Amino acid sequence: MPPRSARSHFPQHGTKPFMIDWSGYLSLILQGAVVTVQLTVMGSILALIVAFIAGLGRISRFAILRWLATAYIEFFRGTSIFVQLFFAYFVLPFMGISLTPLQAGVLALGLNVGAYAAEVVRGAILSVGREQYEACTALNLSRWQCMRKVILPQALLVMLPTFGNNAIELLKATSVVSLISLADMTFQANIVRSQTGSTLIPFATILFLYFVFALLISFGVRALERHMARGLDGVRT
Amino acid sequence: MEWDWNFVWQIFPTLLQGVKITIIATLLGSVLAVFVGLAIALLRRSPNRLVSTTTGFIAEFIRGTPLLVQLYFIFYVLPDIGILLPPLVAGVIGLGLHYGTYTAEVYRAGIDNVPRGQWEAAKACNLTARQTWTRIILPQAIPPMMPALANYFIAMFKETPLLSAITVLELMNQAKSVANTYYRYIEPITLVGVFFLTISLISVVVLRWLEQRYGRIER
Repeated sequence: MPPRSARSHFPQHGTKPFMIDWSGYLSLILQGAVVTVQLTVMGSILALIVAFIAGLGRISRFAILRWLATAYIEFFRGTSIFVQLFFAYFVLPFMGISLTPLQAGVLALGLNVGAYAAEVVRGAILSVGREQYEACTALNLSRWQCMRKVILPQALLVMLPTFGNNAIELLKATSVVSLISLADMTFQANIVRSQTGSTLIPFATILFLYFVFALLISFGVRALERHMARGLDGVRT
Repeated sequence: MEWDWNFVWQIFPTLLQGVKITIIATLLGSVLAVFVGLAIALLRRSPNRLVSTTTGFIAEFIRGTPLLVQLYFIFYVLPDIGILLPPLVAGVIGLGLHYGTYTAEVYRAGIDNVPRGQWEAAKACNLTARQTWTRIILPQAIPPMMPALANYFIAMFKETPLLSAITVLELMNQAKSVANTYYRYIEPITLVGVFFLTISLISVVVLRWLEQRYGRIER
């Protein structure tokens, strides 16, 4: 339990009264940062998988797949992440599915952001020009080959910047899991607040850390974009 | 555990009170976001480099950090410097500031979309900067922004449950307190979900209408 481990960092009697040992609290917040990063990475992976399934489903030839994908996307975009998280954590156990806070968090975050990203996948695939599909037909490629070798490599590059934004939204949404008692950065900051009585330092620290993580994501995505854009000059207009 | 309609009717009035607060928070937050967004968009265009880069950085920072933490910041840190805000006010300020940084981007796109000729014409007619903005640029820039702005207000509406973390008694908080009292989670949480889904589905229709009426901004 995080509160207990925090208690051992209380200032010892006799040594510097009224001074708070910040290093202990900082390590607590860093432990929370690890959980936040874990959630972000695992949630993003789930979101990515779901986004491709649902995004391709929405432009499928089969009406039933289109219908299912639309229902999923509208449902998860329509209800708030907060409600979904609470549903996963508090209601699913009554239906016989017990999830740990981490599982519930990854599930809710991944499915929620996946729904937004599915629309990105769909939009990017539709943005590839008709002539590319015609070229596929002319080269006698199968539908799968056409999608895999011609359409997706071009569409991925269109998706990437928006995926970056989605990942940042997911990072920000991870703070909500603190409300289902998962010890992420926000949760730990609240513990530090309640134990030290200091409010500015814990919250300013985690705001800074969240911002650094967001910057890292956006730099990472930009670097990936540059890497993937190589060799596509002249193909894209 | 089974779904119990009697329980649903029993908790319905309590949840409706929460709905009221949720709607109030969204409306006030939207109004604040409209003004904060405009202020940020205008400050970012300031000829003074210091003003524009500082505003840009602050907006970027607010957009890159979670709303929940910002709410905690407003609710817990500001009292230390003597600003004690009631929970709902703190929540509205948080929502307004956070979404103001998003609407600022909408304003930016809208303003950039006004053709250069309009700026030049305003100059040729010898209008002051103030007149140029209020009479020429903004009246043309704002209508195409309507759908995008509405989109962010819907997003804000879906984030109002976060206010429960700073003890605002909105819908989610009412649902949680009901659930904790009777130890039944299925009905309250599902009802909250249904409520948000209903409003979102209605708002999709409204958005389509706005897009038809005002068109969209070309990005």
